[in-house]
Amino acid sequence: MTVLRYREAVRAAMIEEMERDERVYLIGEEVGAYQGAYKVSEGMLERFGPKRVIDAPITESGFTGISIGAAMVGLRPIVEYMTWNFSAVAFDQILNNAAKIRQMSGGQLHVPIVLRAPNGSARQVGSQHSHAMEHFYTHVPGLKVLAPATPADAKGLLKAAIRDDDPVLFMESETLYNVKGEVPDDPDFVVPMGQARVAREGKDVSIIAYGRPVHVALEAAALLEKEGIDAEVVDLRSLRPLDEQALVRTVQKTHRAVLTYEGWPYGGVGGEIVDRIQRLAFDELDAPILRVTFRDVPMPYNAKLEQYVLPQPDRIADAVREVLYRKG
Amino acid sequence: MHEHDVEAHGQALEAPATPAPRAAEAPDLGLFRVLRDDGSADPATDPGLSPHVLLRAYREMKRVRLIDTRMMLLQRQGRIHFAGECRGQEATPIATGLVLERDDWVFPALRESAIMLVRGFPLKSYIAQYFGNAGDVLKGRQMPSHMSGRAVNQVAWSSCMATQLPHAVGAAWAAKMRKDRSVVVGFVGDGGTSEPDFHNALNFAGVFKVPCVLVCQNNHWAISVPAAKQTASPTFAVKGRAYGVPSVRVDGNDVLAVHRVVGDAVARARSGGGPTFIECVTYRMGAHSSSDDPTRYRAQEEVDTWAQRDPIVRLRRHLVHRGLLDEAEEGALEDGLMAEIGAAIQEVEALGPPARETLFDDVYAELPWHLAEQRAEVLSSPPQTGSHGGGGH
Ligand SMILES: Cc1ncc(C[n+]2csc(CCOP(=O)(O)OP(=O)(O)O)c2C)c(N)n1
Ligand SMILES: [Mg+2]
Repeated sequence: MTVLRYREAVRAAMIEEMERDERVYLIGEEVGAYQGAYKVSEGMLERFGPKRVIDAPITESGFTGISIGAAMVGLRPIVEYMTWNFSAVAFDQILNNAAKIRQMSGGQLHVPIVLRAPNGSARQVGSQHSHAMEHFYTHVPGLKVLAPATPADAKGLLKAAIRDDDPVLFMESETLYNVKGEVPDDPDFVVPMGQARVAREGKDVSIIAYGRPVHVALEAAALLEKEGIDAEVVDLRSLRPLDEQALVRTVQKTHRAVLTYEGWPYGGVGGEIVDRIQRLAFDELDAPILRVTFRDVPMPYNAKLEQYVLPQPDRIADAVREVLYRKG
Repeated sequence: MHEHDVEAHGQALEAPATPAPRAAEAPDLGLFRVLRDDGSADPATDPGLSPHVLLRAYREMKRVRLIDTRMMLLQRQGRIHFAGECRGQEATPIATGLVLERDDWVFPALRESAIMLVRGFPLKSYIAQYFGNAGDVLKGRQMPSHMSGRAVNQVAWSSCMATQLPHAVGAAWAAKMRKDRSVVVGFVGDGGTSEPDFHNALNFAGVFKVPCVLVCQNNHWAISVPAAKQTASPTFAVKGRAYGVPSVRVDGNDVLAVHRVVGDAVARARSGGGPTFIECVTYRMGAHSSSDDPTRYRAQEEVDTWAQRDPIVRLRRHLVHRGLLDEAEEGALEDGLMAEIGAAIQEVEALGPPARETLFDDVYAELPWHLAEQRAEVLSSPPQTGSHGGGGH
């Protein structure tokens, strides 16, 4: 085990996989000379050279499209967006090509590509830089979507993603890049996709989260502990494929669930999780499932206002009290 | 653009032996200039601006420079969160602001926010956009460097860049359809030309023949990526040819030259002559933004070379050459601007954040019931004091 920051874990996964497989390359804006907009690719240009760590012109649809083409004929690209927000410009390539080529070619072609970037809220970067883009992409059959919350999962899941033969979208978080954690050194350590993890055991209520909000949920759980409420925190890690059985297991145990994630309350990943739980474990539920999300507005720039839009530990704790019928 | 051409721009600017190309000769490959190195103006290209206009240009360029300097300092002191500078590129936004009429529209990119100041937007309100507080007409929703105001027909770019270019063309198309005489100017950086919307804008501008001027601020860098890695074309201006849009390459650090070229393009657009694409050759003297450290990727000598072509220094040399400015006047101007900016900052900084209930306004024309509910919820819970919703750093 080595203690790594989240950004270092992402980098370690890329380096190990690039050393293991010469078909893997990294392309994006600022990934080379600048070492990555968030320094994720630090040292990689020196290590692998400009043929495998490539600074692209500023066109997300361009370098996504080029990489889909390269993937179809045998390369295994890792595409970095400066943030997932800018993938909006490449949405058509992802939706209509990456996701569909295997199926529409009758299984003759496939696109082994990894698209990765920071996702969700950052700090005071305005609404156009603050989207939780996983909600758009999880809707699409043919794509896999991962959202690790810890350095170990970042490394293990990214390695799984790079080895996978389907397009995998990897959601990092700018506000997690400095978080430290123990990470296995084994070059064949991979975290299989589609398996959730219990981040904190508890018996009274399940708080279900993924990505950065897992940490917010853990803070909420600590608040609740002081009131004698024992919350379980489930970290989904993988949004598509989704670990249905983990949802059922936790609800069988606690009979109440609160979901928290970034992004707006309309539809999205949260709607999907609620559907699975009510469908697969309806009789286990003692209260309606509640969700703590962004407010239903574009993210403001002002620091104070931003706080009202984000899921906060106290908002999660309030929702927990409500499903426990302990609200004043 | 080939790698060596990036450095070659410098030589082109410095070689007085070669006569400056006239607008009529290969205008998209040459470099239109007015100001000579000794501060005189080339009579063949001089637009003949009045002393009043020249001094106004100087004052506005200095004001932008001083605002940038103060704002970078405020950012480092933690008093504002973010800032991006126009440093070194002031000639183009200021000249553009000066040639436009009141009903014209502006769609800036990253570094042309200050055009609105030239067009009469109040300084205090402009400064408030850096703070995003209760004094801000954008209600604390927009990042700095995305300044805008309906009062002066300036629309902010989207952070997902280059989408403003088709908007500029569309606004110009509407002016043509409505048969009003307004002209639209849209901006993009050298890096932004790689985005598909650059193609979209030029293509539509040419096909619809709209009263639009599209300006590329080629400051040689897109964060750490040099212009040579952005395109294989010999210049950015030459790209306009393929779309049938007349294009000009101009010395972007020469405010007289930019005034002339943008002024001619605007006049032509206004008289029904259609669009123009202009490449302004300039240099980003500062960092990309307050989050960047350019010493990591570019040589100080390059910055020093371009500092000698600072557009403010060049205009000052011209003004001194013509006897329009002396040291005392320069000092008084600077003191006056500093006082004006300092007072605006002091007043604006004292304001609080926008009221939290404003969060739910303007998402739709009318407040829908579900946002009314969320607003009530926010108002009935204790004020948020936390930092970024916990989790992470
Ligand atoms: C669609 C999109 N991709 C990437 C970015 C990140 N980004 C912001 S500014 C910038 C460089 C812009 O370079 P240029 O267009 O030359 O403008 P300059 O900063 O030099 O004024 C990049 C890559 C963005 N804002 N939007
Ligand atoms: Mg640039």
